Amino acid sequence: MAHNTFYNEILTDHNLHPAHKHDLPDANMELEGVNPSCGDDIILKLKVEDGTVVDGAFVGDGCAISQASADMMLDLIIGRSVDDAKHLSDIFLRMIKGHITDEEKEELEEASVLEDISHMPARVKCAVLGWHTMDEMLGEDYEKPAD
Amino acid sequence: MADRKAMDDEIRRQFPLVNNHPEIAYLDNSATMQKPSYVLDAMRDFYEEENANPLRGLYDLSMRATEQYENARELVRKFINAEDTAEIIFTRNATESLNLVGYSYARTFLREGDEVLITIMEHHSNLLPWMQAAKAAGAALKYVECDENGHISTEKFREQITDRTRIVAMTQISNVLGVKNDVKEFAKIAHEAGAVFVCDGAQSVPHIPVDVQDLDVDFLAFSGHKMGGPMGIGVLYGKRKLLEEMPPFLYGGEMIEYVKRDSATYAELPHKFEAGTVNAAGAVGLGAAIRFYNEIGFETIMEREEYLSRRMMEELSALPYVHILGSKDPANHHGIYTFTVDGVHPHDIAAILDEDGVDVRAGHHCAQPLMKFMHTLSTTRASVGFYNTGEEIGRLVKSLSTVREKMGIV
Repeated sequence: MAHNTFYNEILTDHNLHPAHKHDLPDANMELEGVNPSCGDDIILKLKVEDGTVVDGAFVGDGCAISQASADMMLDLIIGRSVDDAKHLSDIFLRMIKGHITDEEKEELEEASVLEDISHMPARVKCAVLGWHTMDEMLGEDYEKPAD
Repeated sequence: MADRKAMDDEIRRQFPLVNNHPEIAYLDNSATMQKPSYVLDAMRDFYEEENANPLRGLYDLSMRATEQYENARELVRKFINAEDTAEIIFTRNATESLNLVGYSYARTFLREGDEVLITIMEHHSNLLPWMQAAKAAGAALKYVECDENGHISTEKFREQITDRTRIVAMTQISNVLGVKNDVKEFAKIAHEAGAVFVCDGAQSVPHIPVDVQDLDVDFLAFSGHKMGGPMGIGVLYGKRKLLEEMPPFLYGGEMIEYVKRDSATYAELPHKFEAGTVNAAGAVGLGAAIRFYNEIGFETIMEREEYLSRRMMEELSALPYVHILGSKDPANHHGIYTFTVDGVHPHDIAAILDEDGVDVRAGHHCAQPLMKFMHTLSTTRASVGFYNTGEEIGRLVKSLSTVREKMGIV
């Protein structure tokens, strides 16, 4: 395949210098997401108050796609409402499946660089790991986080 | 050198995928090997000229299908130097072969308090069947560990073996480290302790001559697809005496003698273990792969793979950020190189190599306990077949040398 590398600067920069990869002591929600086929393993930590994602972070290990995707996701959702976060997740997951409008793509900002992952089926799980983990956390129980 | 190039071309011409896709450097031969036309033609001929359900039809066509199927068994027997074709059971793959022993032998003969001894470098296929059989019997599963070069010493092995050891299961060549275990010596020690010895030959049978009588192993499992045969055909060799003591693994057609309402008697070996319509075309394909191997000869196959193995070691070692698992001696790798690259996750490495048409494996290689033992989660593996060339190793190394830059590290 004689195309340019999928690993563009936005992606590698989020991988090498993730803004949100650190502990978050005052998180009130936390969930581990694992991609057993690759060994990607992250723990997503969110501080959610009054229906807003006040802060968020992640720790763990994995390939560049899993790490950069989680970091870009946190860029997007910190400061947004839980409903917004779920909306963005819906768009992101549809982008990976190739069903997305240009307007929706704009909403994803940098995370839209992962659009081409839809042509790399083996890496889809890496790209969606952070988003799936967030979806699971913000499921029906998000209004009553443990303390 | 000119000779090598001529032979490269001569061999590669016989593998359609390799020949038709010069843009691909296929270096994932430990996962599966590409197929020579000779195998594909033999399978098509079988389906076009001799296809019928073997072993049951009374008409000429079915008898010819049976003959083809049984000829393949004889080719396998000779290839691994078994004493008797009754000792050659066709299965789907090495995994099924090992499960057959796990279910039929281990679950019948293991008792509470017994021990099964395996090594830390086993593929999950030579680990989980024993873990499950041991659990079912209340037996213990024990591991013998290797050193950082992948070497298992006889001292360490003797430390783990006891008078309660009933089964020892060991790979002959590690699918991760490429190291060869001295199966003959370990089988001897196992026998002295009264245990049976199960050899996983998935990575060895395609690359070195294997003689089951010389090694004196009780069981040997391997897959056809890793040696140019089709997917879906594998072999279990077992010593006749043991196979006779074992109950059937799967029940159904072809494996019976008489069936009454409440009881049945079972067919003689090897058909006792081949329930249902067999994969005759697969067996024919494996037989053709063996003929192809015989024609090229292990001397040539091994010379080519040793050459590639040496080049791989030389060129990978020249990259300071690449770290090879296991031995520093290419003779201990059998063309299998598992490595890490500083700062880059194996899946990203494999994806970038893929952008350059270089096909390698990334992950835990179905050997998670070994990965943990080697203090790594996941790695990248390049593995050669005898149709690979030095130029392809060069492509691998050239692409690898760009990985860190592409990932923004340097």
